[in-house]
Amino acid sequence: MGITLQEIAFYAVAVCIIVCSVLAVTTGKILRAATYLLFVLFGTGAIYGILGYTFLSAVQLMVYAGGIVVLYVFSILLTQSDKDMKYHIRRGKLVSVLLTTLIGAGLVLFLLVTNGFALNLIPQGDELPVEQIGQALIGTDKYQFVLPFEVVSFLLLACMIGAILIARKEEKKD
Amino acid sequence: MEQYYDLTPLLNLIHTWLCGWMPEWLALTLEGIVVGVFILIMYAVLAIILIYMERKVCAAFQCRIGPNRVGGKGGLLQVPADVIKILTKEIITLKNADRFLYNLAPFLVILASILTFSCLPWNKGGEILHMNIGIFFVLAASSIGVLGILLAGWSSNSKYTLIGAVRSGAMIISYELSIGICVLTMVVLSGTMDIQAIVANQADGWNLFKGHIIAIAAFIIYLIAGNAEANRGPFDLAEAEQELTAGYHTEYSGMHFGFFYLAEYLNLFITAGIATTLFLGGWMPLHISGLDGFNQVMDFIPGVVWFVGKTFAVVFLLMWIRWTFPRLRIDQVLTLEWKYLMPVSLVVLLLMTVCKVFGLVF
Repeated sequence: MGITLQEIAFYAVAVCIIVCSVLAVTTGKILRAATYLLFVLFGTGAIYGILGYTFLSAVQLMVYAGGIVVLYVFSILLTQSDKDMKYHIRRGKLVSVLLTTLIGAGLVLFLLVTNGFALNLIPQGDELPVEQIGQALIGTDKYQFVLPFEVVSFLLLACMIGAILIARKEEKKD
Repeated sequence: MEQYYDLTPLLNLIHTWLCGWMPEWLALTLEGIVVGVFILIMYAVLAIILIYMERKVCAAFQCRIGPNRVGGKGGLLQVPADVIKILTKEIITLKNADRFLYNLAPFLVILASILTFSCLPWNKGGEILHMNIGIFFVLAASSIGVLGILLAGWSSNSKYTLIGAVRSGAMIISYELSIGICVLTMVVLSGTMDIQAIVANQADGWNLFKGHIIAIAAFIIYLIAGNAEANRGPFDLAEAEQELTAGYHTEYSGMHFGFFYLAEYLNLFITAGIATTLFLGGWMPLHISGLDGFNQVMDFIPGVVWFVGKTFAVVFLLMWIRWTFPRLRIDQVLTLEWKYLMPVSLVVLLLMTVCKVFGLVF
């Protein structure tokens, strides 16, 4: 048998991701779309796990599944949303959507056929040590990323201050 | 220190024996199924034990006897009888509810709970999901549960469940921060995120003593936040019966409700288990320096006994808190987290880092 357990896991997860992504955009209810998006993100996390990059897999679960989707769901719960999102789509839009999808699929297939799966390039069954990730994130050598790391943290700080400023109640002036 | 009860050689032996007469992928699949069934059985059995314990402890704190009829004097068969009863109950479907999300929600809650449950270090070599980011994975997996709660509240199509879900959701998201920072504090102290390595680091002294007063502060914050994470008193405002009936799971019946109930008790156990792992040495036996004979006797007690014993001690502590303190209001809950616990835990993290850098910890 030429197929390994890892490959079976990969294909199972990939099918799950594809089905859930399609469902996320075709479903008529906004909360269901968020739930399907959650499954897509689970799948992405699982792919990272299969590649042995468990750190990113956990980050994916924590930031996207446990953070961003929760935020989406919360905002859907707190706002008035129409129960049904069945919009009428015009023909021109439909054709352009189909065209874009086909071109995108063709491009991806072309790349796959010419280059093959990257799965074969990655050492299988190894787990990337977390120390290495830490060194890469806050080192200053080549292929080390302290500047982007700090810039992003600065951006996040600015976002937080902005959010607090917007959410804060105006004090009444007498 | 000697290890008499290391599970690794036994497990390796089973694996090589299986690989001897079947292909490796089949052996791996078979082992995966066996381990999965084992997790589910442990999950159910522990839930029964915890529910019985809760009823007895609650009764003791309220000067009652608790269950005492079914199955002899102690009422030992009360909870198994309840389990059989709940299994036979009908799972109702609601009119005008989102059927798919309504049925999915309990499974999301239980999924998060089981994923974290399988990361607990039961013994040396006795951890089911082992990765070098273990404790971080626990945090990540436990953050899925809140989605189940929110979806349950929304899809039940009732105002009580919706308000209950938003309250529980807001509370769990807030207290996750404190838990995360406390866990980070202990990661700083141990220098690793690997759960087995964190436990192995505590061979010469539990983290609670190694990190002296800072670790104790982190332990207390962890227990408070962990109680909130498990949706238990004094943070069980979702179940404030007078105003919200039963919070987000009001409309659930039968085993769907049972899943929420199971997850609540197992989350209690997991919170206690992680506290044991991070602060109380996991499966490490109690050692007192200088008393060599005593230490040797302690080594003969298997690691799993130590782990379960310590965890149940912490569980008892959490139940004690639950049945002692009155319930908080939602604004009090959020104030406690954002104005007190989170700043304090940040300071604790900073202090621990400083101590670790200057070698002030043991």
